[in-house]
Amino acid sequence: MSEPLIFHFDVDGENFASAGQASTQVKKNLRQLGVPAATIRRVSIAMYEGEINMVIHANGGTADVIVSEDYIEIILADKGPGIPNIEQAMQEGFSTATDQIRSLGFGAGMGLPNMKRYTDTMEIDTMVGVGTTITMYVYL
Amino acid sequence: MTVDELLEHGFEAVSLPDGSREIDGVYIGDLLSWVMGRAQMDNAWITIMTNVNTIAVASLADTSCVILAEGVEMEHDLIETAQQKDVNILRSSKPIYETAVQLHELLA
Repeated sequence: MSEPLIFHFDVDGENFASAGQASTQVKKNLRQLGVPAATIRRVSIAMYEGEINMVIHANGGTADVIVSEDYIEIILADKGPGIPNIEQAMQEGFSTATDQIRSLGFGAGMGLPNMKRYTDTMEIDTMVGVGTTITMYVYL
Repeated sequence: MTVDELLEHGFEAVSLPDGSREIDGVYIGDLLSWVMGRAQMDNAWITIMTNVNTIAVASLADTSCVILAEGVEMEHDLIETAQQKDVNILRSSKPIYETAVQLHELLA
C-alpha cells in the first residue's frame, strides 16, 4: 500500500438507529485490507463512540478515515455546541446525555474515555458554539 | 467451546450466522459504552438490551455472541440486521446470574 486510502462519511444527526454505519463500513474496509482483527476492533470502537457522540450532542458531522502503511487516522468533525470542559468530559462516568439517550444504553460517560483507551493518540480541538474536531491515530 | 455447542445446553438460537465461533470468556452489561470499554474480543456478552445499537456494539466489539438473558425478545427486523452483520445472538430463559453461572460451568 503506497498511497494512503481515504474514506469519507457523513454522519446523520437525526437518526440514532443508523449510528454506526460509518464504523461498520470502516470495519469491512479494514478487514478487506487485511488489517489485524485486534486493530480493527480498536478503530471500530473508537470511531463508533465518536459517531454516537456526534448524533447525541452535535446533530451529526463528518468522519474521515485515512489508512496509510504505518497508521490509521480518524478525524471526526462536527459543528455542535463544543465541549466547555474537556478535563471533565474525559472523566469516566461524566455525561450530559438525556434520560432518553440513557434508556438506549448510552450516556454512561465512557465515550471519550473509550476513544482514548483504544487509540494511540487523541487530540480534541473544540470551541464552544463553533464545534469539535477529534483526531485519533492507531499505529499499525 | 463454540457458540453452536451452547444450543445443546438450553440456549435458543435467535441469529446464528457464524456458530462455529469460539467463546473465550464472558462479559455482562447493558450500558453499551461500558461494554465496549471492558468486554474482550470473543467474549460471550450477556445482556437484556435489545435495540439496534446492541447489534452494532456486538459487531464492532467483536464478541463471539450476544446472549439475551431473562428470555427477552428481539424484534424480527433487528434479527435480520444481526444476520446481515454476522452477529450471533442466543437467548436464555434464565435470569442473568443463572445464565452466567451456567456459562462459567460450561466454559470451565
